Amino acid sequence: MSESRRINVTVNGAPREAEVPVRLTLADFLRHGLELTGTHVGCEHGVCGACTVLLDGRAVRSCLLLAVQANGRAITTVEGLATNGALHPLQEAFREHHGLQCGFCTPGMLTTLVEFLRENPDPTADEVRVAISGNLCRCTGYHGIVDAALAAAKRQRA
Amino acid sequence: MKPPRFGYHDPETVPEAISLLERLDNARLLAGGQSLMPMLNMRLAAPDHLIDLNRVAELSYIKEAGDVLVIGAMTRQRDVEFDARIRSRCPLMHEAVLQVGHRQTRNRGTVGGSLCQLDPSAELVAVAAAMDAVVTVQGPKGARDITFSEFPAGLMTPALREGELLTSVRFAQWRKGHGHAFIEFARRHGDFAIVSAAALLEEDGGKITRASLTLGGIAPAPVRVTAAEKALTGATPSAALFRDVGEICRKLDVMEDVHVTAAYRRQLAAVLSRRALEKAHERVAAN
Repeated sequence: MSESRRINVTVNGAPREAEVPVRLTLADFLRHGLELTGTHVGCEHGVCGACTVLLDGRAVRSCLLLAVQANGRAITTVEGLATNGALHPLQEAFREHHGLQCGFCTPGMLTTLVEFLRENPDPTADEVRVAISGNLCRCTGYHGIVDAALAAAKRQRA
Repeated sequence: MKPPRFGYHDPETVPEAISLLERLDNARLLAGGQSLMPMLNMRLAAPDHLIDLNRVAELSYIKEAGDVLVIGAMTRQRDVEFDARIRSRCPLMHEAVLQVGHRQTRNRGTVGGSLCQLDPSAELVAVAAAMDAVVTVQGPKGARDITFSEFPAGLMTPALREGELLTSVRFAQWRKGHGHAFIEFARRHGDFAIVSAAALLEEDGGKITRASLTLGGIAPAPVRVTAAEKALTGATPSAALFRDVGEICRKLDVMEDVHVTAAYRRQLAAVLSRRALEKAHERVAAN
């Protein structure tokens, strides 16, 4: 009964086709199937936020989705944020404002904040904190991340 | 981690989903997956078949029929959060949904999934109890309505018969200008609440004419505090009244677990119900 299915997905703009076991999570498909190891897997039950990716533009936990559920959909991972070798404004701001130390939570923070800043281009620090409340960071104490998000928002508004 | 083996089915219509549910042994419905997927990953659930409802487009909508809001079972919590009609006409639900999990889980989590999961502290479950919602379920023998007070059959167990699934839920709106408040106490933002309180008030000529007070997290299902509602209706709102009603809530039977003692839950029940009523009353005045 090890059922599998053929799926077609668009990952970071490129069409990908694969045969996947139906019980494979999207996170494991991205990491092991497509070797996109930028998406990190922390708790694997939807608490830490490290595996957040964008599914048709919406931030979702890829450990709580099956790869088959992504059939026909578009996924953006952290690898898809930079364009032509130039970092995304959020990535640059994270580097400048000490928004990362070990980097484990960073992919989830970035994908979550990409969605958030699209909805709310001029947030307060409190709104940023609520936006990332589903992403755990054990290094920075969040100050650098909040500063980076506000700086990126400012740059994107300019 | 990976889920145990299961057969995967992704119907596109409600009748297809019902026939799969009827035909397959030990099948579970997969809605937004924000509770079931962790249970599968941790192997706390081991269904032989998963019936994924995410491609059943007909279950995802928010409609208004007169002064009733109808929400399809597969409507994402996020779509509730951003719906202007819900925000203006059903503000209790708007305030509650903002406290459901986090943005990433609301992007997937659904209204019907939350109602059927029936977590004792779930925000949307408390709202459904507070507003006397009516759920529509559909099965091999057709559709039927269940009033929300009859919906919880036990701890995290909805009153669904074999082969039935929840298709929609109806909320009758309260009068324009009513006051509302949904507040909860959790250790961290986004966690399930230890106790939550939902209050709705209508006032006329300085008196409360209609009241609804619900406590979540104190019992297997949300508790409508009818004694409190009786004390409120016809009374003149005041700090003393809301304090007295809080004391009624302190006397309720509450659950106890390793994290939270019964005494602490009672204290939260008293304080949160008072605060919810005060806030709802202020909002009546502001309207």
